[in-house]
Amino acid sequence: MPVYARRRAVNLVVTGLSVLATGFGLLWLVLVLATLIVNGLPAITPTLFLANTPPPGSSGGLANAIFGSLIMTAIATAVGTPAGILAGTYLAEYGRSARLAEVVRFVNDVLLSAPSIIIGLFVYQAMVVPMGHFSAWAGAMALAIIVIPVVVRTTEDMLSLVPTALREAAVALGAPKWKVIVLVAYRAAVQGMLTGVMLAVARIAGETAPLLFTALNDQFWSADLDRPMANLPVVIFQFAMSPYGDWQRLAWGGALLITAAILCLNIAARLFAAWSSFKR
Amino acid sequence: MSAPVARYSTYPIQPGLPRDTSPGPEPAPARAEKVQIRDVSFFYGKYQALKGISLPLYDRRVTAFIGPSGCGKSTLLRILNRIYELYPNQTATGEVLVDGENILMPGLDLNLVRAKIGMVFQKPTPFPMSIYDNIAFGIRLYRKLPKSELDDRVESALRRAALWDEVSSKLRGSGLGLSGGQQQRLCIARAIAVEPEVLLLDEPASALDPISTQRIEELIAELKSDYCIALVTHNMQQAARSSDYTAFLYLGELAEFDETERIFTHPRVKRTEDYITGRFG
Repeated sequence: MPVYARRRAVNLVVTGLSVLATGFGLLWLVLVLATLIVNGLPAITPTLFLANTPPPGSSGGLANAIFGSLIMTAIATAVGTPAGILAGTYLAEYGRSARLAEVVRFVNDVLLSAPSIIIGLFVYQAMVVPMGHFSAWAGAMALAIIVIPVVVRTTEDMLSLVPTALREAAVALGAPKWKVIVLVAYRAAVQGMLTGVMLAVARIAGETAPLLFTALNDQFWSADLDRPMANLPVVIFQFAMSPYGDWQRLAWGGALLITAAILCLNIAARLFAAWSSFKR
Repeated sequence: MSAPVARYSTYPIQPGLPRDTSPGPEPAPARAEKVQIRDVSFFYGKYQALKGISLPLYDRRVTAFIGPSGCGKSTLLRILNRIYELYPNQTATGEVLVDGENILMPGLDLNLVRAKIGMVFQKPTPFPMSIYDNIAFGIRLYRKLPKSELDDRVESALRRAALWDEVSSKLRGSGLGLSGGQQQRLCIARAIAVEPEVLLLDEPASALDPISTQRIEELIAELKSDYCIALVTHNMQQAARSSDYTAFLYLGELAEFDETERIFTHPRVKRTEDYITGRFG
């Protein structure tokens, strides 16, 4: 009997420690969100979306930065997603255990965990220096380089989950390999692949370092991709560090905006996944 | 609970089991050799899984492959449409003649070979698309048909697989929403929609309940009038009920091949008898 009493005691202690650890982890998340909401909510006004970033000492909004972030994220996704999906398809469907695939997989993992500031420096050296100026193109490319490894990884993982039997069934009907992949494997894996893309978008939406070296910033409205362009992360960086109250307020607003957008995107990804698995 | 028990006791493994074909030996002219397997060996890497198998598959007849696990019966089936080639390190030697043409010859268009030889797998494998598209998938691979004609082909395939009445009102619904037995009949419908000449069934009922199994067996009996069917099964009773010829494989070799009735009543090989009477395997 003492053995059971001891087990019950150990169980109690370990359960207690687990709950404490969970609480400790969640505490910071709650504090971060609370700080953001308390400081950022007052800044969320119509002006925030309508006016451009102001000079020091006057009021304004973040319209140009929101626009810049949206457009660079969109271009980065448009460039990175097809490349990532195709590479992931190679790894899952063609490479499997080929030597090249192993190398690609390893390099991709390295890229996946590369500090984003390194990617910013790389694009600075590869695009900004030869072009002679900062530009939205360079910013979008830096973000695309961050998108690619995420999408490669999720695409490969999701395609690997498609049962071999499904592929064999399609092959047995006489379908050529590309049709098996496009018509059957993609269809079976589409929700996971799209979730991966959404997560990649969420990731780049908040990246600051790669943009500091590439798109930089612009105080005014600019839709010219060949010129520097305002974007939320860099504006937040600059405004939050400034001594001006107006700027700091806007930085909080922008931070809340990004967080809310990423949260929405994550929820959308989950809802989409749940919805399409329910549809089956 | 009593239904399955009664069902199995109706089909004992013993002489004189009821058959839907004529009880005596088949008349010679009806036995066209659709497929001739000649001295076929198979290797997983260096391991030899099949050793010089030779046997015919007769047209409009069902040939069952039986034998203990690992004897190579599924492997033999997977040679017949060369699906093993999806995997590196798997090689087959020998000849498989379909209508006199060796399909193991290198350089053949495998997709055309597979169009002629349909396959149904152990687990139902509906594609993640609508019931209609599941059937149309195979047809669209080979021909671009006008919508009305495609509709007709889909309907006739589903009718022949005895599934039409259950799904006609929900053709646009997902194939994954069907029951296991319905999914398997969907897969059979998908295979015959391509109008193959040979049907390979790899334990088509082993993942199904007794009622669904019975429907699949009835379906096999009907499809027999049009196809040359090879059936891998673990289930002795199923082989006895559904097939005309039986090949007993043991350790990668063909131990015995004969008319099913003969195999189950007067096997010539001692090991066959031991296996079908349940002494091992």
